[in-house]
Amino acid sequence: MTDLTKLTIAEAREGLKNKDYTSLELTDAFIKNIETANESLNAYVTVTADKARDMAKASDAKLAKGEGGALEGIPLGIKDLFATQGVHTQACSHILDGFKPAYESTVTSNLWADGAVMLGKLNMDEFAMGSSNETSYYGPVINPWRKKGSNQDLVPGGSSGGSAAAVAARMCMGATATDTGGSIRQPAAFTGTVGIKPTYGRCSRWGVVAFASSLDQAGPIAHTVRDSAIMLKSMASVDAKDTTSVDLPVPDYEAAIGKSVKGLKIGIPAEYRLEGMPAEIEALWQKGIDWLKDAGAEIVDIAMPHTKYALPAYYIVAPAEASSNLARYDGVRYGLRVPGKDIVEMYENTRAEGFGEEVKRRILIGTYVLSAGYYDAYYLKAQKVRTLIKRDFDLAWENGVDAILTPATPSAAFGVADQDLHSDPVKMYLNDIFTVTVNMAGLPGISVPAGLDNNGLPLGLQLIGKPFEESTLFQVGQVIEDAAGSFAPEKWW
Amino acid sequence: MSVDTDTVKRVARLARIKVSEEDATRMTGELNAILGFVEQLDEVDISGVEPLTSVVEQTMKKRTDGVTDGGKAADITLNAPASEDNFFMVPKVVE
Repeated sequence: MTDLTKLTIAEAREGLKNKDYTSLELTDAFIKNIETANESLNAYVTVTADKARDMAKASDAKLAKGEGGALEGIPLGIKDLFATQGVHTQACSHILDGFKPAYESTVTSNLWADGAVMLGKLNMDEFAMGSSNETSYYGPVINPWRKKGSNQDLVPGGSSGGSAAAVAARMCMGATATDTGGSIRQPAAFTGTVGIKPTYGRCSRWGVVAFASSLDQAGPIAHTVRDSAIMLKSMASVDAKDTTSVDLPVPDYEAAIGKSVKGLKIGIPAEYRLEGMPAEIEALWQKGIDWLKDAGAEIVDIAMPHTKYALPAYYIVAPAEASSNLARYDGVRYGLRVPGKDIVEMYENTRAEGFGEEVKRRILIGTYVLSAGYYDAYYLKAQKVRTLIKRDFDLAWENGVDAILTPATPSAAFGVADQDLHSDPVKMYLNDIFTVTVNMAGLPGISVPAGLDNNGLPLGLQLIGKPFEESTLFQVGQVIEDAAGSFAPEKWW
Repeated sequence: MSVDTDTVKRVARLARIKVSEEDATRMTGELNAILGFVEQLDEVDISGVEPLTSVVEQTMKKRTDGVTDGGKAADITLNAPASEDNFFMVPKVVE
């Protein structure tokens, strides 16, 4: 029998419908892979094998009757940021020790309603703050990819490092993830997987642990453009429980796949050409341009003069919102409590012990920029710069541009515990330089694997779309995937 | 702008995070690195620019003012480190 874990979601959907195998067989194959791989890769923080088998049996019963939803019987991994009823939900933080919500997030409810099977909860940077998955209370995730001829451990990127690594190492068919500054697209690029951050308001944020509410969006990481389209269709919805959820019907994203890109206008922003950027990334970008040109798209140069200010503005807006959102972790309502001589000392002790260093750093920055006398100089200014960043994009759309092509990351995956990156927090932040503009403007962005560097590590290209035009990203993304092929790590674990 | 160790301690107090003398010194350097980085924004001409308040143009959704949920005190206190009779228990606040 073929290795069921090598299938795409689209293939498994057919196989299940044709009764070539059952969801239970498929689910068991993934549980087996998790059991072998997790000790080396640390992608899962909890595995819900019994629940997965129960869900798979229920799916099989439906499939036997010719019934079932769009994801019936498909085993998925869920980022630890999503509330899952009665199951470990800790945003990979010590401060949420033991937290098991009595409710289910809207995104995961949508997936279960469509028949998906939950394999477990995936590792991530603590509260989604990080670009290497090294800030997790549960330890770093190891990238299934290694440099040719090397056994050095590499990071899978972050914050959705567990999601990306689990997909790349065939520990789930697809995974939920979230993206506040690049947390879906950067790990997807580092692991040779496809990741899409939809338009702000497309997926409900209800039941997703909040980091920076004006930037957070959920999205999928999967093997192919088509699989990510299938997953997003189920994850997205209009939700009365999230006032920022937008009242627009969810289109059939798969219908866009295979459509010609002839005549589409693709913008190339010169501002994304960074000084000191590796030549391989520059070359990959050019390759992407050529592929789209060959497919009939029109390539146009565009100007995005405020690009370089997106990251500094982000490091005011995101920590400010985080400092407010994370005020709720005080040792009273959930998780860890560290006693003190009075209630204030209890709060201070709990938060000192419960939060990791990166989270503390961001809370302090956020508290500082919002404190009396500094609000105008920092937060208000950053929100004004944000208007200018969005305007750069609006101008491109007004000039008829359909999508923008950029590199996804300024480098390939780097080593675990990289001394240089850990010596200065800003160096780590620069990982998000190409992705963060998209969050600041609320736009959809997809990262598609496009090639390997000289060390044999995957690199991704990013496509940025107009608000709620995810379909265009799937349409153009498929052209890149067709030209580039797919990439899988050599198994060493 | 940059911060000194006393400011870091004051901000940590506002954020209710206990920091040791050693933590505060280390964090001062880290915070100044970040504040130095965001200083680039001073180059941007923001005169006459409105702050962005919403990335999607949409009027705030409203619903009728009615009870849609409730009666879940046990669920709400379920994860509390200390609770009694569906109340959260905290150290004594009033003498």
